[in-house]
Amino acid sequence: MLHTFAVYVDNKPGVLNRVSSLFRRRAFNIESLTVGHTETPGISRMTVVVDTDEYGARRLEAHLYKLVPCRRVDNITDAPAIARDLALIKVSATGEARTHVMQLVDVYRARIIDVSPESLVIETTGTEDKIDSLLEVLRPYGVIEMVRTGRVAMIRGLAPARRTAPRVTPATASDISGDVSNCSV
Amino acid sequence: MKLTGAQILWEALVREGVSDVFGYPGGAILPAYDAMLGYPIRHVLVRHEQGATHMADGYARASGKVGVAIATSGPGATNMVTGIATAMMDSSPIVCITGQVGSKLIGSDAFQETDITGITLPITKHNYLVTSAEDVAPAVREAFAVARSGRPGPVLVDITKDAQQASCEVDWEAAEPHLTEAYDDALPGDGDVRDAIELINAAERPLILAGHGVMLSGAEREIVAFAEQAQIPIAVTLLGIGGVPASHPLNLGMMGMHGEAWVNTAIQEADLLIALGMRFDDRVTGNLRTYARSARKIHVDIDRAELNKNVRVDVGIAKDLRVALNEWQPHVAPGNRSRWLAHIQALKGDVAVRDIQNLPDNGHLYAAHVINDLWRLTDGEALVVTDVGQHQMWEAQYYKHDRSRSLITSGGLGTMGFALPAAIGAKIACPDAEVWVVVGDGGFQMTMAELATVVQENLDINVAIINNGYLGMVRQWQEFFYDKRYAATPISGPNFQKLAEAFGISAATITTRGEVAGAVESARRQKRAAVIDFQVEQEDSVYPMVPAGADLDRMIRRPSPIVETAAD
Repeated sequence: MLHTFAVYVDNKPGVLNRVSSLFRRRAFNIESLTVGHTETPGISRMTVVVDTDEYGARRLEAHLYKLVPCRRVDNITDAPAIARDLALIKVSATGEARTHVMQLVDVYRARIIDVSPESLVIETTGTEDKIDSLLEVLRPYGVIEMVRTGRVAMIRGLAPARRTAPRVTPATASDISGDVSNCSV
Repeated sequence: MKLTGAQILWEALVREGVSDVFGYPGGAILPAYDAMLGYPIRHVLVRHEQGATHMADGYARASGKVGVAIATSGPGATNMVTGIATAMMDSSPIVCITGQVGSKLIGSDAFQETDITGITLPITKHNYLVTSAEDVAPAVREAFAVARSGRPGPVLVDITKDAQQASCEVDWEAAEPHLTEAYDDALPGDGDVRDAIELINAAERPLILAGHGVMLSGAEREIVAFAEQAQIPIAVTLLGIGGVPASHPLNLGMMGMHGEAWVNTAIQEADLLIALGMRFDDRVTGNLRTYARSARKIHVDIDRAELNKNVRVDVGIAKDLRVALNEWQPHVAPGNRSRWLAHIQALKGDVAVRDIQNLPDNGHLYAAHVINDLWRLTDGEALVVTDVGQHQMWEAQYYKHDRSRSLITSGGLGTMGFALPAAIGAKIACPDAEVWVVVGDGGFQMTMAELATVVQENLDINVAIINNGYLGMVRQWQEFFYDKRYAATPISGPNFQKLAEAFGISAATITTRGEVAGAVESARRQKRAAVIDFQVEQEDSVYPMVPAGADLDRMIRRPSPIVETAAD
């Protein structure tokens, strides 16, 4: 089954590589991975979706904790959580089709964010199901291009407090590695 | 006072208690070597950087301290890879320092540039690329903390040449590492003391599986106390040898592929396995589907990622073993398991008859005889370092280790060429120990250049080459599973006696059992290195053997009585 992890890491060069390399090394296939800043300066948050069983998920969590720049891992698969995906969809839309597409966009509460003579760019956020469904109805009009962010997720309400002390590492020790030199995480 | 990055490196090492390092200089690490002369450090010049990492590993395993290896960028760093992977698999704490090209040149394919932090990412606990003098102290200090903490392992610190040359003020307090164990939350499925004790006290046929973790956590006394209190027999893994005295009546011996037949049978018949500091490697479980089916399982390992990895357990405890055993101690009911113990004795059956030690002397020199004689002649007191292959298994079977950390061997990675350099590290860590290298003729030829290091450092290390003219373990597999098609396993070698003498090491060649004692005694008497070439039976095999992936109790046994080879 799909497991969703929220992984808090130090925002340092090479950390994304450490995390993704761990998944590769332990033969886990990443379904989706997003990363971005958090409310705490210097800490990034990854949302990782992996297809594995319960034992695999627990082992993965343990392995993530062994990474020095990893501060906290929450398996939010079973927690009451909100998950969202964002997609940009460029659809061919001329003449009558354009009106139909715009109606569909309204129904799905998506937004048109760019208009050109032959096409429209639609922005939508929602669950993966919703985006899949929108995509399905747009397909007959001709989907020219699409990009999706992958899932980001957050637990509802106040997350249960963790007993762990945050891992403090000397901020000056930089640890660059691998091929993500143009990425800050 | 300002120090250069190179000086900070040595200052940090000395502050970590480092007195010995193993290394090989080169362009990108030259500033560090230049600064070394100002610090109280013994530097051992190796002949190949792989040797440096094995030496640091042997040093760590013999002493429990962190071993340190140092090399230059590019090929110096890549040569370390095998040794780092060896230390990773066997949880050995080492810190590798590598030079790197100047920070401005990184990514430009500069001379001797290699992405060593990228290369070693999956085989280190952590690694650092240090590009400024200010970062040297925090990185080195954290590297030692990481290498030592939890499940020990290798850490690499890659320091650019300009970071070694630049100067800065050092604030040692600020460089203090603050690694907290973030992972102390109890996860569902984690057992507690009560769950474990309930199973232990109720078990009728329990068995302790003791691994390397016994020594890494310093639980040698606790495990024996626990076993005695509950009257539970102990089986050990290859790396667990020495953690429990071989002569202890509850110690059954080694489990697994070349473990004792009755030990493997006992595992299959047990109703409770208590796995302590071991990781259910495929070499000890055989076929997982049929492994110990009637047993409940308790698993204590400091590395939570090991729990439920290969074998599903009823109680998994991610904890330092010594801490866990101390928690159990007040609750363990005194056991009387004489029926179970008697049953295991009965399982031995005709094993004594089959034992090669009890077969009539047919004039041939068998490796098992050499090793058994070595055990008797050294009173079981030597620190033995083995390579990988048949001799390694015979050593595990016939050298009875009563002391912790008295057997050093490459288990997880199975690195041929490990023995000689690891023994150099062990001898430097424990100068008073009687160190014996037991090595095959194949593995010895991989790293025998380190004999020069033995001589240059004036080390009293004895080398017993178990020379059968084959890559013996692979030949054995070919004999059993590939219809005796000996593809690429016959191996020639130099005249090892003359070779050793060329290094200035006294040496002997032994071909009959009658000469073994004399050669061993003479090597022991002299307080300098010795090499003995034991030319043993060429096509002997290690018994018993569980074929890879087979059920643990489906063992190939030594034919009884021994079948003479065609040459007879």
